[in-house]
Amino acid sequence: MLEYARIEKKDGVDVLEGLRAFLASLMENQVVEAVMVPTRLPYKKVIMQTLIRDPAKLNGVDPLAPVVPTNSARFAAQLTHDETGRSLALVMRPCEIRPFVELVKLKQGRLDNVLMIGMDCLGRYENDDFLSLDKGETSFTMDFYRSMRDGKAAARNNADLAEACKACEHPVAEGVDIRVCIFGEDLDKGLTLEGVTQKGKQALSKAGMAEGQRPGGREQAIQTLLRERTSFRDAWLKEMRERTRDLEGLMDVLGNCINCYNCRVACPVCYCRECVFVTDTFQHDSEQFFRWAEKRGMLKLPTDTIFYHLTRMQHMSTLCVGCGQCTSVCPSDIPVSQLFRSVAEGTQRLFNYEPGRDVKEPIPLGVFYEKEFEEVAAGK
Amino acid sequence: MAEFEPIIVAFVCNWCTFTAADLAGTSRLSYPANVRLIRVMCSGMVDPKYVIKAFLEGADAVLIGGCWPGDCHYINGNLKARRRVALLKDILRRFGFEEDRLWLRWIAASEGNLFADTIKEMVEKVKAIGPSQVKTKLVA
Repeated sequence: MLEYARIEKKDGVDVLEGLRAFLASLMENQVVEAVMVPTRLPYKKVIMQTLIRDPAKLNGVDPLAPVVPTNSARFAAQLTHDETGRSLALVMRPCEIRPFVELVKLKQGRLDNVLMIGMDCLGRYENDDFLSLDKGETSFTMDFYRSMRDGKAAARNNADLAEACKACEHPVAEGVDIRVCIFGEDLDKGLTLEGVTQKGKQALSKAGMAEGQRPGGREQAIQTLLRERTSFRDAWLKEMRERTRDLEGLMDVLGNCINCYNCRVACPVCYCRECVFVTDTFQHDSEQFFRWAEKRGMLKLPTDTIFYHLTRMQHMSTLCVGCGQCTSVCPSDIPVSQLFRSVAEGTQRLFNYEPGRDVKEPIPLGVFYEKEFEEVAAGK
Repeated sequence: MAEFEPIIVAFVCNWCTFTAADLAGTSRLSYPANVRLIRVMCSGMVDPKYVIKAFLEGADAVLIGGCWPGDCHYINGNLKARRRVALLKDILRRFGFEEDRLWLRWIAASEGNLFADTIKEMVEKVKAIGPSQVKTKLVA
């Protein structure tokens, strides 16, 4: 039982290699059968989530690289939704763990055989920006942490962290078994693993980790970051609220939407098995278009754009974790995440709900009570 | 200019509010002809998409009529509807869409009078708010 374990940089072995060795010993000591973890692949030198079964294949593992190619909550759900009995360690960021918790509530995934390893998160670059900065070298990962440690801005070569990350108030992973502590650490010296649950503490000791202690400057580093982020977030959401005070403002933000539905595909909590907007319901008869055009004099094509976005808000805004993947995948550069978070702010407050907070807390549209919202039916 | 006559789309549950509308008719009560009734089996089956669609197609107001809490033919469909309406109202409000355009009311099968009065009250209120901006602006 280890509450804190230490990965020390020594003899030229850096923290990344230390993390790989830790994951290898989790598998070798039968704590888990497999690990899902971001890995640098030989093709394009990109970082992608991978499912690793053979400890010998861990050499490209890099969960520290400041990029999240796509939200892995969906992958975690895919790996766990059937009862396979296989034990699995998931190495994820807070913005991936929180939607996974929501998918578990929706019975699309399970936590039963999962060892959840959460990364402290300083944010991610957009995929293209990361590729241009990184050039396939792990040294970029370490440079990034050094400059963040020294309080330098993340912006460089016209690239900056994703806006969603700058507005994120969840840099520390909650609801995890093991936390990879980066805040308050100097990664050139080492890092600390925190055993949060019994399961996590046992896993640390079974993996034969060296004992560590709570990183000294951690609390302060987190508080400083949270202050920065919440002040960015508040201004960011206010800007969007003011921009979309009426339907015309909303039309203006969504004016160049081409109905590609990338935002829905990238969204980790868009939970419908099949989205109604790609079903026959929206394969309108040719005649229908002419009738619409006749009624209003003209018809924007594609149709149903506002309809789609308002419906998506109704479906998932209460579960939105603000991961920003919707903005990242938008080919029209629409600030989808800023818009949806500005709606989620209200709808989550309405139900006093925070996605990812507690797996036992039911999703707002999954429950109802006799005594609630009485004013809604009373016209008050 | 002719007086503004709002279009109201009403989703009414088969067991209570539709029966109340029927009763209003057989009792020869009169109420404004602005309302277009759509009979549904339960207020709990009114997908919020129906409501959004009605507004985007130019409805000035939408009414969802269900049974009183405790009286739902399907035990609790009306309570589910209430939660969804609370959520939809919050979203529409966020974009400056007047909240008074979306009404949820409990009207029992025996309350023909209440149905007629509700429609009268609704038409009056919506006339005061004016036509929906969706009709005058290009919103798609």
